[in-house]
Amino acid sequence: MSTYADRLRGNIRVFNEFVAGPGLWVLITLLFTYAALFETQLFVIGLIVGSVLALGSIGLTLIYGVMRFGNFAHGDLMMMGAYVTFFLLNGTILGQRRDANIGVGLNDLPAGTERLGDLTFGYSFLIGVALSAVVLAIVCLGLDRLVYRPLRQRGSSIVTFAIASLGIAFSVRALLLIIWGPDPRTYVSGIHKAQHYPFDVVLKTDQVFIMVVAVVMTALVYLLLFRTKLGKAMRAYSDNPDLALVSGINTDRVIFWTWVIGGSLMAIAGSLLALQANLKPELGFQLLLPLFAGAILGGLGKPQGALIGALVVGVAQEVSVAYISAGYKPAVSFMILILILLIRPRGLFGDAN
Amino acid sequence: MRAERMITPIVLFVVAFLVTAIPFERSGGNFAGTASFLTTFLTTVGIYAIFTLALNIQWGYTGVFNFGVAAFFLVGAYTAAIVTKDPASGEFVQYVGGFGEFLSPDFLDAGEWLPFIVGVGAAGMASGILALLLSVPTLRLREDYLAIATIGVAELMRRIVIEEKSLVGGTNAMVGIPGPLDGYFDPGDWKYAFLVMVIVFLGLLLFAVERGIRSPWGRVLRALKEDETVTAASGKDVFAFRMQGFVLGAIIMGMGGAVFGYGRGSVGPETFDHFFATFLFWAMLIVGGSGNNWGAIVGAFVVWGVWTISLQLNGYDLPGVLQVRIFFIRDLLIGMTIVLFLLLRPQGLVPEQRRVSSWLDRRVRTPSDARPPPEAGAAGGE
Amino acid sequence: MTDARPAPVLEVLDIVAGYGEVDILHGVSITVQAGEMVAIIGPNGAGKSTLLRTIFGLLDARGGQVSLKGEDITNRPPDDLVLRGLSYVPQVDNVFPSLTILENLEMGAFVRKDGLAERLERVFSLFPDLTDRRGEKAGKLSGGQRQMLALGRALMLDPDILLLDEPSASLSPKMVELIFDRINLINSEGTGILLVEQNAHEALSASNRGYVLAMGENRLEGEAKSLLDNEEVGKLYLGT
Repeated sequence: MSTYADRLRGNIRVFNEFVAGPGLWVLITLLFTYAALFETQLFVIGLIVGSVLALGSIGLTLIYGVMRFGNFAHGDLMMMGAYVTFFLLNGTILGQRRDANIGVGLNDLPAGTERLGDLTFGYSFLIGVALSAVVLAIVCLGLDRLVYRPLRQRGSSIVTFAIASLGIAFSVRALLLIIWGPDPRTYVSGIHKAQHYPFDVVLKTDQVFIMVVAVVMTALVYLLLFRTKLGKAMRAYSDNPDLALVSGINTDRVIFWTWVIGGSLMAIAGSLLALQANLKPELGFQLLLPLFAGAILGGLGKPQGALIGALVVGVAQEVSVAYISAGYKPAVSFMILILILLIRPRGLFGDAN
Repeated sequence: MRAERMITPIVLFVVAFLVTAIPFERSGGNFAGTASFLTTFLTTVGIYAIFTLALNIQWGYTGVFNFGVAAFFLVGAYTAAIVTKDPASGEFVQYVGGFGEFLSPDFLDAGEWLPFIVGVGAAGMASGILALLLSVPTLRLREDYLAIATIGVAELMRRIVIEEKSLVGGTNAMVGIPGPLDGYFDPGDWKYAFLVMVIVFLGLLLFAVERGIRSPWGRVLRALKEDETVTAASGKDVFAFRMQGFVLGAIIMGMGGAVFGYGRGSVGPETFDHFFATFLFWAMLIVGGSGNNWGAIVGAFVVWGVWTISLQLNGYDLPGVLQVRIFFIRDLLIGMTIVLFLLLRPQGLVPEQRRVSSWLDRRVRTPSDARPPPEAGAAGGE
Repeated sequence: MTDARPAPVLEVLDIVAGYGEVDILHGVSITVQAGEMVAIIGPNGAGKSTLLRTIFGLLDARGGQVSLKGEDITNRPPDDLVLRGLSYVPQVDNVFPSLTILENLEMGAFVRKDGLAERLERVFSLFPDLTDRRGEKAGKLSGGQRQMLALGRALMLDPDILLLDEPSASLSPKMVELIFDRINLINSEGTGILLVEQNAHEALSASNRGYVLAMGENRLEGEAKSLLDNEEVGKLYLGT
C-alpha cells in the first residue's frame, strides 16, 4: 500500500471531522435561506413533504440505530399502515371486480367524520390511526419472530437481512395489491380550503397538523432514547448487544419495544402521508430512497437528525422543480445520499465510529 | 442427508413437468402449440440465466451487493435497440442512434447478423462504462449502503429515460427491435432459431466464466469474498479486484439486456422496474444457490417456471376472486419464496460445484489446485 | 479433600465446551471460595476465556456442571446469573462507546431497582478518574480508563463473584499495576474474583490460588505462591 494513499486517507479523515460537519450545516442553512427567500411556496411545500418523510425516517432511524439493520421493508410497511387505517375507517376492500365492503367502519361512529376544526378529518381518523399502529406493531413483532430473529440467532450478515427485508417489502406490496387492488384510494373526499399566512404562504390546516406531529414525534423519540431507562438500554444494545446481555439487560424486551415503537411510527407516517396525498401500493418502495437519504443525512439512530435530514430532502426535492423536471425528484434524494456517504457517512448527528 | 440430496432433482422435475403438462392439457393435446410455448419459456429462462450468472459474478464471487441490476439491464437493452434499429422516423418516437441501416451493407447479408453482434458489444460496453463510473463513489460502501445506492442508480436511469424524451423515446416504448437472422425464417419459426442462439450464447458465457473462476485472477476474487483482510494483507489491491468483478458482471448484464431486446422486440421504461428487473434475478440466485454458476441457471429455471405455471393456472376456471389478482398472488409467492429460502435453505438448490466443473478442473489443473475447489459460499456469507 | 472449609461459592465441575464441531474444554474443574481471588493461567488456546464464557452462560456447556452458592446454574442465561450475584468483564468491547460514563454504569445496574446512588458512589470512589468525566462518552476514554469503567460497570450489582477476562491486556505496565491494585481493593472488600490472565506473574502475585490450564484441561493447581515458585510453571508459562 502506498503511503500516498494512506496520507490521502488521513486527510480525508481530518476533512471529515472538521470540515465536512460544519460545511454540511452551512450548506443546509444556505439552501433553506435561499429557498425561503426566492422560492417561498416551494420551500413551504418542501417542509410539508419533509415532515411526512420525517415521520418515516424517524421510525427507520430508530430501527436502524437499535437493531443495526436497514429495514428495506419500511416504505411498504408504512403503506400497510395507511391501508389498515383506510380499512378501519371505511371497511372497504377489493372484491371480485369492484369494491366490497364489510359494512361497518370507524367512520360510522357518531360524528366520527365531523371535521375537527379546520382539519379534513374527525376523531374517527385518529382512532383509526391508533388502531393501525397496534396492527403494525403486531405485524412487525411477527416478522421479527418469524424472520429476523432466526437470522439473528444464526449470526447472519447485513446482506442476508437486507435481502430478507427486500423480500418482505415485495411481499407486503403484493399483499396490499391483493387486498385493495392497484387503484389509488383516498381517506376523505371534498375540498379542503387552504389558509393564507403571512409572506404569501398558503397552507392547508392538515399540513400544519402533519408538521406539528412530525416535531412532536421527534421530541418523543428523542426523550425516549436519551432520558428513559429503556431508551438507554436500546442505545446500549445498539452499541454492543453482547455486552448488553452481559450487563443483565433483557435484550428481548429491547427488541420488542423497538419494533412496537417502530411499527407504530410506520402506521402514523403512512396514514398521514395518505392523508396528504393519496394511497397507492407502489408508493412504498419509492419512498425508500428519500427515507434512507433523510435518515443517513441526519445520522442513523438520531431522531433529531432524521427530522432535519428529511426536511432537507423534502426542501431540496421540491425546490429542484423550479430548475429541473419534476420527474427527477428521486434523483435529488439520490444525489444527497451519495454526497453524504462520500463526504460524511455518519451524517449530521451521528457518532464517530 | 439422502433426502436432502433429492430435493433439487425433485423440484426440477416437478417444475419441468408442470410447465409442460399444463399448457399441453389446456391446449387439448396440441404438440405444436406446446412446443412453441416451451420454446418461448426456455428462451426466457436462458436470457434470465445470463443475468443471474452476471449477478453471481458480482455477488457470489466478488461480494458486491448490487440491487440495481435494472440499471444495467436497461442500459444494455436500450443501447442494443438504438444500434440495431433504423433511424427514428420522428413522428411518435424520438431517439438517438439508429444504426441498423448503416450496419447492413449488402455484403454477406450483413444486416442479418452484423448489427446484432455490434449491438451486443455496444450494450456490454455501455453497461461496463456505467459500472466503471459508479465504482469510485460506491464500491467502498458498506453493503446496505451499497444496496440503497444501487437502488437509487436504477431509479435514476429510469428517470433519465422517461424525462429525456428525445433520448430513447421517453415513456413510449421502443418497438420494432429486429431479431438476429430473422430474415431467414418465417415469423412463426424464428423463435426456434433464437432459442438455439440463446443457448449457444449462454453456453459460451458459462464456459468463459467457469474458466475465469479457475484462473489466478478468479482465485483472488474468491479469496476476496472469503476474507478481505487476509487478501489485502497479501498485497492484492482489494478495490481494483472488486471493481473488475463488478464491471465484468455489469458488462454481462448489458449483453443480457441486448439479447432480451432482440427476443422481445420492444422495450419501455416500465419493463425495468425494481421487481421485475432486479428482485427477480436475486430470487433466482438465492433459489439456485449463489457462488455457483449452475445454481444460477437452475434458479432461473425454477423461478421462471413457478412464474409461468402460476400464469398458466389463470387459464383454468378459478373463482373470480382469484382471477383478478393472480398476478399479485404470483408476486407474493416470489417474495415469500426468497424469504423462505433464506430461512430454510440459504445455500440454495445447488450448493456444490457440479460435474461439468470438475471436468474443467481436470483440464485446468495448476500446482495450487492440488486441493479440491472450495465450497460455494451461501447467500450472505454465512 | 477433607478440610472443614465451607462449600465454595462458585464450583465448576468437569466442564466440556467448544465451538462448532470442536471441543475446547475437555473436563475442567475449578472452585472459588467466598472472598477468594483465583487466577487461571496457561498458554494461548488453553481455553481460559472459553471457560469464563461457559460459566457465564455465553457458551453452552456440553458436559459438566456449574453451581453458584450451591445452586445449579449450568447454561443459565447471563441476565439470570447477573441477578444471582455473578458478573463478567469481557476482554474487549467491554464498554458502551456511545454512552457516557454515567450511563455505562447505569446500564450495569439495569436490573436493580434501588440503591443506585450508593453504588455509583462506591464505584466512583474506587475509580476517582472516572468521577470528573462522568458526562463524557466512553468511546473517548483511554485504554486504561476504559478498563476501569468496564470493572466499574460489573460492580454495579454488588456481585459475589467477578469474572475477569485478561484485565491487563494491552495496557501499559503502569496501568497494569493500577488495575491490579484496584482489583485487590475490590477483593479485599469481599468480592470473590476469578481472573483469567496471560500475564501469569502479576496474576499469581495478586491471587490466593491458581489453576494452570493447557489444551482444555487442568494441569496444575495450588496456592498462588507455590505456583509462582514452581519450576515447571516457571519454565513453560511464566516466560510469557
